[in-house]
Amino acid sequence: MTIHHHISDELMLEYASGSLEEGWSIAVATHMALCPECRRRLSQMEAAAGLLVEAIEAAPASAQDNASWAALRQRLGKPSSRGNVEPRPAVLPEGRNVPEPLRSYLGGSLDTVKWRALGLGAYHHPIRTSDAATTVRLLRIPAGKPVPEHGHRGRELTLVLCGAFRDENGLFGVGDFEETDAEVEHQPIAEPGEDCICLAVTDAPLKFRSRIVRIIQPLLGI
Amino acid sequence: MSKSTQTPDTEDHTARLVAVGRNADLEAFEGLFRHFGPKIRAYMMKRSADRHLAEELMQETMMTVWNKADQFDPARGAASSWIFTIARNARVDAYRKSGRPAFDPSDPAFVPDGIMAADTMMEMDQEAGRLREAMGSLPPEQVELLKLSFYEEASHSMIAERLNLPIGTVKSRIRLAFSKLRDALGERS
Repeated sequence: MTIHHHISDELMLEYASGSLEEGWSIAVATHMALCPECRRRLSQMEAAAGLLVEAIEAAPASAQDNASWAALRQRLGKPSSRGNVEPRPAVLPEGRNVPEPLRSYLGGSLDTVKWRALGLGAYHHPIRTSDAATTVRLLRIPAGKPVPEHGHRGRELTLVLCGAFRDENGLFGVGDFEETDAEVEHQPIAEPGEDCICLAVTDAPLKFRSRIVRIIQPLLGI
Repeated sequence: MSKSTQTPDTEDHTARLVAVGRNADLEAFEGLFRHFGPKIRAYMMKRSADRHLAEELMQETMMTVWNKADQFDPARGAASSWIFTIARNARVDAYRKSGRPAFDPSDPAFVPDGIMAADTMMEMDQEAGRLREAMGSLPPEQVELLKLSFYEEASHSMIAERLNLPIGTVKSRIRLAFSKLRDALGERS
């Protein structure tokens, strides 16, 4: 797997600072699990943040600090994590897998996903989160077929998990990450060979431009 | 005594954190607490003026530092950077039910880093110093964006609104700032 499309600085900054909501963060963090280069950039941002926190001028040492230290001192036990690292499942579920944090949201591999037909040969699988501001789902596009043309009312993040697609911005294979916004109208087409499975996060329902899809959109709940 | 005239001794804190991780060194931990505690409390206050909550979140952060210090790897960065991530996560957890979805390096489906070359390892030592210098030379408007992001968890749209700037300007300033920081670290950007 060679990754060609990475997370932008401005999106990564929101993730590094903690301001990025749950839905977007699932796509960002899952890409990072696959991409050492983006993790390196993230750790540089966190290093910059560490320096900024160190640069905060706190009030000079005070009685409060002594009281605070005494309180914490009381609570310190033996460092609890030592020698008992949390047990981890050593084996992945059967089938094609995705990394954390997405895997826990899916609750299994890509082969056990319960797909719902979207029409035009495409399928989707909504993913539940506690973030009401975003829609998170998997999309499955048949090999060689287009995703219905759509514009966005807001941001859309796409992470390729299987297969590949091509659009105005290039070729996106496994691990590649695409960010689009309201100005972009793109026409992704799955590459021939195998179905393309993507994680797609949007902040508003997609407005499909095909009339038929638009008519049935309310019925599909997309 | 003016604190601001003292040069922060990054290596010193990193060495302290290593000592806490290896030997549960209480004296080293108190040193970290005296240095970072008040700064973390102030960091928490930047999100909400609630003093009690800020104190609680600072204590929680320092407890986590104590408990997880053995997981700190000085080859991967400075103490300040590692402590920031713990403080940030504590703050996010306090305000957001879902917490902050994150990758897990012990996940079997995680793609690990390549083996680091010896010269890259050596550079890690100098990285904090170089980064500190580069941060000092960023134009004030770029530093302001970084502070709004990290201190107040402001998204770009919030920053654009606060500073009355087009969102495109906010994004390009962010990209400029990080491209300069990466240049200083000797990386292509």
